[in-house]
Amino acid sequence: MINYILRRLVTAVALLVAVSAVTFLIFFAIPKAAGADPAQMYVGKSATPRDVEATRVKLGLDQPIYIQYGRFLKGIVAGRDYNNGPSVTHCSAPCFGYSFRTDREVWPLLIDRLPVTVSLALGAAVIWLLFGVAGGVISALRRGSIADRTAMIIALAGVSLPIYFTGLVAQQLFVHTWNIFEGGEYVNFKDDPAGWANKLFLAWVTLALLFAAQYTRLTRAQMLETMSEDYVRTARAKGLKERVVVGKHAMRSVLTPIVTIFGLDLGGLLGGAILTESVFSLPGIGRLSIDAVNVKDLPIILGVTLFGAFFIVIANLLVDLLYAVIDPRVRLS
Amino acid sequence: MTMGPVTSKSDEQVPSVEEATSTPPGVPAKAIEGRSLGQIAWTRLKRDKVALTGASVIVFLVLVAIFAPVINKFLGHPINEFHQDKINPSLGGIPEPGTWGGISKDFLLGVQPVTGRDMFSQIIYGARVSLLVALSATVVAVILGVVLGITAGYFGGFVDSAVSRLMDLILAFPYLLFSIALISVVPVTTAWRIGVVVGVISFFSWPYIGRIVRGQTLSLREREFVEAARSVGAGPTRILFRELLPNLVAPILVYSTLVIPTNIVFEASLSFLGVGVLPPTPSWGRLLSDAVNYYTYDPVYMFVPGLAIFIMVLAFNLFGDGLRDALDPKANR
Repeated sequence: MINYILRRLVTAVALLVAVSAVTFLIFFAIPKAAGADPAQMYVGKSATPRDVEATRVKLGLDQPIYIQYGRFLKGIVAGRDYNNGPSVTHCSAPCFGYSFRTDREVWPLLIDRLPVTVSLALGAAVIWLLFGVAGGVISALRRGSIADRTAMIIALAGVSLPIYFTGLVAQQLFVHTWNIFEGGEYVNFKDDPAGWANKLFLAWVTLALLFAAQYTRLTRAQMLETMSEDYVRTARAKGLKERVVVGKHAMRSVLTPIVTIFGLDLGGLLGGAILTESVFSLPGIGRLSIDAVNVKDLPIILGVTLFGAFFIVIANLLVDLLYAVIDPRVRLS
Repeated sequence: MTMGPVTSKSDEQVPSVEEATSTPPGVPAKAIEGRSLGQIAWTRLKRDKVALTGASVIVFLVLVAIFAPVINKFLGHPINEFHQDKINPSLGGIPEPGTWGGISKDFLLGVQPVTGRDMFSQIIYGARVSLLVALSATVVAVILGVVLGITAGYFGGFVDSAVSRLMDLILAFPYLLFSIALISVVPVTTAWRIGVVVGVISFFSWPYIGRIVRGQTLSLREREFVEAARSVGAGPTRILFRELLPNLVAPILVYSTLVIPTNIVFEASLSFLGVGVLPPTPSWGRLLSDAVNYYTYDPVYMFVPGLAIFIMVLAFNLFGDGLRDALDPKANR
């Protein structure tokens, strides 16, 4: 088991290093090849050539790309120093550099935005997990009934609706026409818990609808397959109540793939729910990344990409480890 | 039945025997003669009304896209013709309230706020862009996924690890964020932008096909017909593309059909975030992102492109689902 965990950990770290290398190469090499100068982008168009040159040296942009990348990696692990000439700025680990536009450190920016994205993702996750799994189980147990057909139609419609459309419709109806929820700025949970839930509720439900639809379909398919297994027949044959057969015997194998998908979905969302945050104007990591893309703020783009990849890789790792706990065959292969 | 399949042909007949024994009334008894998987799938598909509805909508949309200029001549207005008389400048440029976004006999789907362009022509030309991007991206993704997946699965060893690691790496990227960032730094003209969008979408969707093809190949390569082919001196190219590939057609077809709707949403999302195809090329996603500014006053402007995306995605999902059921040897419908 220890061996397996170690192997998976090494793979995860290697994957993150690879993601960072590819991202770094693309976002610093492509603009350069296209004639754009990162140093110029940093100081702005009105700067004198001397300032541009000073910035280039300070940020190390005059070095070959692999040295720049090496310094970038070192910054994340151990922090790094920027030489301004007269003084030295220290950027402590994990250092993702400074925003081209606002000159603020990237890491605190990410940490600032994280609570919004976490609030959004976790709230939605609770809703979609509850409704998705319950819907799928009921559908499967009453296969062919009106409830099943209705649920399946809603689920198929749900996976086909782009979130920026449902989001707009939801806001139009619930905020502007019926005034059930307030629009406006996001508020922190600490400052105003009721306002926080009020602002997030529509976003939760809209995001959850998309995922609940997928989970309903997956759970139903899985449940149907499990219910025809021999061990379910055995459980019934020995006179167990249907509730125990479904709830205890069948659910265990139904939930295994659900746990996998859930981990990956949540990991993907924590790195920034770009579309949802954009439609509901939530100042999370996704919003930060779009703003950064719009002004070509390379250090932030790089930071957000790595941050997102980090969550995806960690979610993958956790799911794999969880799998190894549930299913001993995984450990041995 | 106890004999293993020797050629790929007889392999396809295996499910047909099972199917024939449970032939429902109404299907001629001569079906017992043994039908190919394609024939079985076709009989099943013909009975699946939901899938057929999806298929007819797809055919309809494809025809609309192909004949957009002709249809527009009769039912619409030139795509970039401004109709300032259809909007009310004193209301911020939205169509007269109470006219459902300016819908009339002349303007079947209303007019765009501010510019007063005909929404009908925007939508049918948008269908062109949406289908063109999604279908070409899917074709590229399927070719990449099939070639790399089948090669990895058949040869194993170093080739397999290299391809598998590459797929892991791509799946570890926060793809939406990475795509918008990437597209925004690649400097291209309007004409090439559509190619970049197709490239980015296929780059992030091929690993899904690749994983499935690799997995299927892994189990197929141990089968007798592959050994038989090898024993009569068939080279790897022949085994890969003449022996293995025909057996992979079913899963490839199903997953390609299900990747198309994902790619349609992907393109619309990129356009919604402002990094899809560039104006003046019409795009449903861009119309929706424009509608964000007007939806409280002119909801029709939001509903028209939103429903367009929804209908197209739903049609592909319905058809893809039906196709999967029809091609699944285990399904007994």
